[in-house]
Amino acid sequence: MNAVSALELGRQIRDGERSAVEATDAVLARIGERDAGLGALREATVEHARTTAAEIDRRVAAGEAMGPLAGVPVALKDNICTRGLPTTCGSRILEGWRPPYDATVVTRLAAAGMVTVGKTNMDEFAMGSSTENSAYEATVNPLDSSRVPGGSSGGSAAAVAAGLVPLALGSDTGGSIRQPAAFCGVVGVKPTYGRVSRFGLVAYASSLDQIGPFATNVADAAALLEAIAGHDAMDSTSIPEAFPDITARLGDGVDGLRVGLPREFLGDGIAEDVRRRVHAAADALAAAGAVVDETSVPAAAHALSAYYIIAPAEASSNLSRFDGVRFGVRKDAPTTPEMYDLTRSAGFGHEVKNRIMLGTYALSAGYYDAYYGTAQKVRTLVIADFDAAYERFDVLLAPTAPTTAFPRNTLVHDPVKLYQQDICTIPTNLAGHPAMSVPFGTGDDGLPVGVQVLAPALGEVDMFRVAAVLEEVAP
Amino acid sequence: MSESVGGTGETFVTNRPQQPQNPAVPDGWEIIIGLEVHAELATHTKLFSGSLNEFGGEPNTNIDPVTLGLPGALPVLNRQAVELAIRTGLALNCTVQRSVFARKNYFYPDMPKGYQISQYDLPINVDGWLEIPAGQDGAATRIGIERAHLEEDTGKSSHMGGASGRIHDAAYSLIDFNRAGVPLLEIVGRPDLRTADEAKAYVSELRDILVAVGASDGKMEEGSMRVDCNVSVRRIGEGLGTRCEIKNVNTLRGLGRAIDYEARRQIDLINSGEEVQQETRHWNDDTGRTSTLRSKEEATDYRYFPEPDLVVVDPGPEWIESVRAALPMLPRERRARLVERTEVSARGAAIVVERGLDNLVVAAIEAGGDPNRTITHAEHNLAGDDAGRLTPEGLAALTRLEVEGAVTATQAKTLLAAMVERGPSADPVAIAAELGFEAMKSDELDAIVDRLIAEFPDDWAKFCGGENKVMGFFVGQVMKATQGKADGKAVTAALNARKP
Repeated sequence: MNAVSALELGRQIRDGERSAVEATDAVLARIGERDAGLGALREATVEHARTTAAEIDRRVAAGEAMGPLAGVPVALKDNICTRGLPTTCGSRILEGWRPPYDATVVTRLAAAGMVTVGKTNMDEFAMGSSTENSAYEATVNPLDSSRVPGGSSGGSAAAVAAGLVPLALGSDTGGSIRQPAAFCGVVGVKPTYGRVSRFGLVAYASSLDQIGPFATNVADAAALLEAIAGHDAMDSTSIPEAFPDITARLGDGVDGLRVGLPREFLGDGIAEDVRRRVHAAADALAAAGAVVDETSVPAAAHALSAYYIIAPAEASSNLSRFDGVRFGVRKDAPTTPEMYDLTRSAGFGHEVKNRIMLGTYALSAGYYDAYYGTAQKVRTLVIADFDAAYERFDVLLAPTAPTTAFPRNTLVHDPVKLYQQDICTIPTNLAGHPAMSVPFGTGDDGLPVGVQVLAPALGEVDMFRVAAVLEEVAP
Repeated sequence: MSESVGGTGETFVTNRPQQPQNPAVPDGWEIIIGLEVHAELATHTKLFSGSLNEFGGEPNTNIDPVTLGLPGALPVLNRQAVELAIRTGLALNCTVQRSVFARKNYFYPDMPKGYQISQYDLPINVDGWLEIPAGQDGAATRIGIERAHLEEDTGKSSHMGGASGRIHDAAYSLIDFNRAGVPLLEIVGRPDLRTADEAKAYVSELRDILVAVGASDGKMEEGSMRVDCNVSVRRIGEGLGTRCEIKNVNTLRGLGRAIDYEARRQIDLINSGEEVQQETRHWNDDTGRTSTLRSKEEATDYRYFPEPDLVVVDPGPEWIESVRAALPMLPRERRARLVERTEVSARGAAIVVERGLDNLVVAAIEAGGDPNRTITHAEHNLAGDDAGRLTPEGLAALTRLEVEGAVTATQAKTLLAAMVERGPSADPVAIAAELGFEAMKSDELDAIVDRLIAEFPDDWAKFCGGENKVMGFFVGQVMKATQGKADGKAVTAALNARKP
């Protein structure tokens, strides 16, 4: 099944060449065989998957018109609520919790006839860039077991890269889809903020979080995004505009498209081999007819600092609901405040506690203006600088991550260095813009390099056109 | 919430005619009172979810992932709640503005998310006022409204197995989340109130406004209207004193008692050379005392920040104006209408509006009733419940009988009671005939008066000599002789006419 794309698999199921149950069983078998050494999945949802697949087969047999991904297995990051199926967010505090409701994306996947085969491992509450912060186990890079898969959606990236599943969903708050996609050599997309409903996504930083697809190729990613995107009345920050038919535009090419290379994304912090690949990608686009030039997004240099105020501030509030009262783990104690202390001390891991404290401090009386207020101003500047750049360019090209996949058990002990992993991805989250990572050759160590295509808000069509060309010409 | 918002130190424009007399405090002192009223809005569903907004019901039945603050659940603003907030804001003469929801972060078991969604630095309504109706001493007074903002209610904890029913000595607590997420409008008044009576009148007027615009049922006893009360004292002419916030005031009467108790406590402290500490105090209605709940030092840092799960609420002029156009007549306007159409006192008008009899009065006047006799009946002889038992036409007909002299004032009162008892179809003319009410012909009355003067010559001489109290004696005798059929005014006139 490795060689078969999700769309091809969907066609085979629609045309009766293969049943959804067969496809599902193949995936479940592969997970059983190979996930033990990988740690990509938190849990395979075997029964649910088989029941759903059988239903798809019944509908296909009945001659129902099915969508392009009907019957195709998909894995979900474990911070996406699935009714009746465990949803842990990689945290002890949600061990055993089964949500009584489905996230909107889960409802949409079901409407598209897709089969959820499992929940994928992640850094606890999506805080991390290596999937080593999961409270359960670390995920390993399927291309090199000594390396991390990236994070926080490392489980989804690894599952797709290892061929366990053709498609997966992740969530991206500061790069958590794009960076692991780059490290694992797959396609990963963060849509415009508001394109995909956050209803049922356990929040890390609400103003930055966005769900998006992982796939082995650009067309599959486009198809999955089309299945989940679009307005949702359950999410007040959802964008009302209809999602465009990007699949129809994938072959448009890049002739005349204006591509900018922002110098802030290609500075000293970026490894030489990665930088070379980005320039090579730019050259390839130019050869395909794009107009390529250097540009600047000056405030992007301060995006990381602003992010590490805003995201922990929102997280400190978002994670308050994990208090042991209504769901999840509770550690009993004689008084309510002591119960809170024990429950939260036992339930949250080190990095989560770090960020709760950071965020609590940033919002405290007397510090709010200096930290949160200033960070919001930086955010406004980042948006303004992007806007200025997008007056001259249709898309921007940048590295996804500063390096290729780094060794395990290294940066996880050095939070500041680990935070710098997100230097190229965070500015887009602050701006609410779309961006995606496309594999483009390898670094000096033979591991994949991801090239990032950035676009203005609602600019997914141009972004995917560029990605499609890069995929075609990639070394 | 106002503890950290805005400057409430300065008194808003009031048109209070004079310093109100306040027997509750020693001469030379005054109480400064500012109220924060939480009103539950009468929406169909909750502020941020589709669960029903209903009082009562089995615990934890009106709940959903949003109400329970389950991971991944997101709030969606209820348009009806915004409309009711705007309606109330306009009725309170506020400016309705672009507003932003914020998170107020603190832990409490019946507050599901660990934060309350409220409005902080940009509330939907700002800078209004309400008029408390004239009391015993005369004129109406304007009280400033600083803001009226939307927020969600918490659930309800029941602390079990302890003596006090409070959390400190409870063995365990039960939580009902039915109330969690119910929309509240927090109406923050400026510290313009000076007496317990004014504070009670303010709450009562606010309740009438909320009910009039359909924003809330205003039931204090069911908790749909809750009052927090800020009290400080000062010697008249001096700067503001340190205030205490009093919680757990559940009735109007309790509000008055709590204010007077707290003012006395603060004055006693100051008189004995101590200082009032800024703190939150708990009112105990059984003991009639307030006690420390938490000091200023224990106050929580709520770490407010804009709620990222919601967008800015900008109603825009079109919506605001359409709401304004649909506002019903407000109590203040209804009182003014009575004063304009009759010779009623401001106090009398307030009483009639309070009883909800003003529409009946106006309709009766329009149906040809005598304005002053109509409002006199409403002010003195009718209860609020009686409105539905009378028709404007019937009331108008009754006053016409009085004007024509067909019945006396006393008979009219009896007649009115009979009309109320028999219901809307009752015809005052028919009832008057049935009861044998016929005004005494004036020659008949004259004959009786002359007979009585002859019968009591000594008393008559005293009356003629200027002893006016003897008038009562003669009126009484006439009433006795006529079995109450005589009109008191006519008797007085007949007696005076015979004075040499």
